Amino acid sequence: MIERRTVLDALSGVRDPELDEPITDLEFVSRLEIEGGFVDVRLRLPTYFCAPNFSYLMVADAKEAVLSVPGVESVRLILEDHYASEEINTGVNDKRGFDHAFEGEAEGPDLEELRTTFRRKSFVSRQEQLCRALLADGHSPADLAEMVLGDAPVSAEFDTYLDRRAELGLDVSPEAPLVVDPDGNRVPKGAVVEHLRFARLTRVSIEGNAGLCRGLLATRYGTSGVVS
Amino acid sequence: MYEKDGEKYFVVDEHIHFWDASPENTTNKYGEGFIKCFYDYHANLSPDEYTWSFEKYRKYSEEDIMHDLFEVGHVDLAILQSTYLTDFYDNGFNTLERNAKLVEKYPEKFLVNGSFDPRNEAKGLEMLERDHERYGFKGVKLYTAEWKGESRGWHLDDEWSVRHLEKCEELGIKNIHVHKGPTIWPLNRDSFDVADVDRTATMFPDLNFVVEHVGLPRLEDFCWIGTQEPNVYGGLAVAMPFIHAKPRYFAQIIGELLYWIGEDRLCFASDYALWQPKWLVEKFVDFQYPEDAEFDDYAEITPDIKRKILGLNAAKLYELEVPDELQLVTTGQDTGFDVTEKPAIER
Repeated sequence: MIERRTVLDALSGVRDPELDEPITDLEFVSRLEIEGGFVDVRLRLPTYFCAPNFSYLMVADAKEAVLSVPGVESVRLILEDHYASEEINTGVNDKRGFDHAFEGEAEGPDLEELRTTFRRKSFVSRQEQLCRALLADGHSPADLAEMVLGDAPVSAEFDTYLDRRAELGLDVSPEAPLVVDPDGNRVPKGAVVEHLRFARLTRVSIEGNAGLCRGLLATRYGTSGVVS
Repeated sequence: MYEKDGEKYFVVDEHIHFWDASPENTTNKYGEGFIKCFYDYHANLSPDEYTWSFEKYRKYSEEDIMHDLFEVGHVDLAILQSTYLTDFYDNGFNTLERNAKLVEKYPEKFLVNGSFDPRNEAKGLEMLERDHERYGFKGVKLYTAEWKGESRGWHLDDEWSVRHLEKCEELGIKNIHVHKGPTIWPLNRDSFDVADVDRTATMFPDLNFVVEHVGLPRLEDFCWIGTQEPNVYGGLAVAMPFIHAKPRYFAQIIGELLYWIGEDRLCFASDYALWQPKWLVEKFVDFQYPEDAEFDDYAEITPDIKRKILGLNAAKLYELEVPDELQLVTTGQDTGFDVTEKPAIER
């Protein structure tokens, strides 16, 4: 017997790449049905014209996540009310891949490059959140430049930062410098303030988008059909 | 003109529409989806008393626009940004022809901007020239995510786009309003990417590139190019209405914009009928940063900075005459980077 809770936990590991939050928190999961080893999931998004590449990533990631749950034999994952629902659903459920789903419209490598771009943004934003908390605790920017990961007290911000760091394949050992750029290079003492200033802009942008998207989803659907 | 607490403001609404998305004019499910999506933005971010029914929103009247902008909306001059979307709407969404009728009737109230689509290639160049001869506009609105047959969009630095921009230069069309949307080709790249604006702004230093909705949802990318290119401006459509529904977010955005872009390159816009200028202008004039540490290091927004954003910056771009009593009161110290000194950080 597959528990709903287990499937939802798996889905909570899927993030909206732009908004950097789990699709379950964002209320994008509108239906979840389990019948034996078959799981039926519906997703919905804030607008009809949400960027199809990110939409595709979420649908594909959600399918992978559900398939990873022990006991699940097959999954149907349907994106509702999107202009490219048909292409995305067919692409994901037939496993033909994004390029195939949008034949003639996509070019170059599949979506991994796009994913990396947004993992870098997410890393920058999460680093800023952690540093902001450390500055509020009395550390100076110069302190931050000299700190290693092992010096930072454990907190929710720290855990998320480590997670985003690991996603980029960067060093997460306690001896690794705390403030690094998305390529893993330590940010020199004299550049920390400026570095964090741009990081804040990235964080403001991501958080603002997330707020707007939550609002648009609520306007579009009200509070009906939320699965959490 | 808006006056409050002894301060006067000249108001230019640099991005408005007079659209027709009525059921009769809507071609297909995409046109239906487009206007519904627009409506959700309207309904989500407007104060209740300024929220229309969906039916009214699809097609509003000349009386509505005159009332909302000029009778109660404090606007001195509004710029109609023509957007065609002829794959979605039989007669287009708000075409130059439709908009120009308003200008003909109220020449002191409106300017209309043209448009071009580089996918029309040589024909497009002729059309641009003909339109310009007839309507004499000083700017064009470009919607890079517009669908056209199989195509899902284009880039500003595409070969034919560059040729159209050369034509703009030749004709004296100086203001290039760029609207990024979410459906651009190629789909496996970030569709809101403004890198093409960066490259084109470098190619055409004598043109002004007004990036609509300040690059949202990629505020960081827009600000980055703004620090590099002195001829890149930010249009505040879509950013403005956060002032009501999400005031903290508005404060963060405007604070960041003033830091990165500066007070001389930001222009007010309502995006009417997405939102109405009356409440946007009033709330912006009243605007103060929230009182907590998060906002401590943002530069103060003085009445003169508000004057620049609400109208004086756009008046410069469009060479509008501004009455003496509505000019700057003091010459303030500029916020924002001096773009000759690029910040040294790596992205």
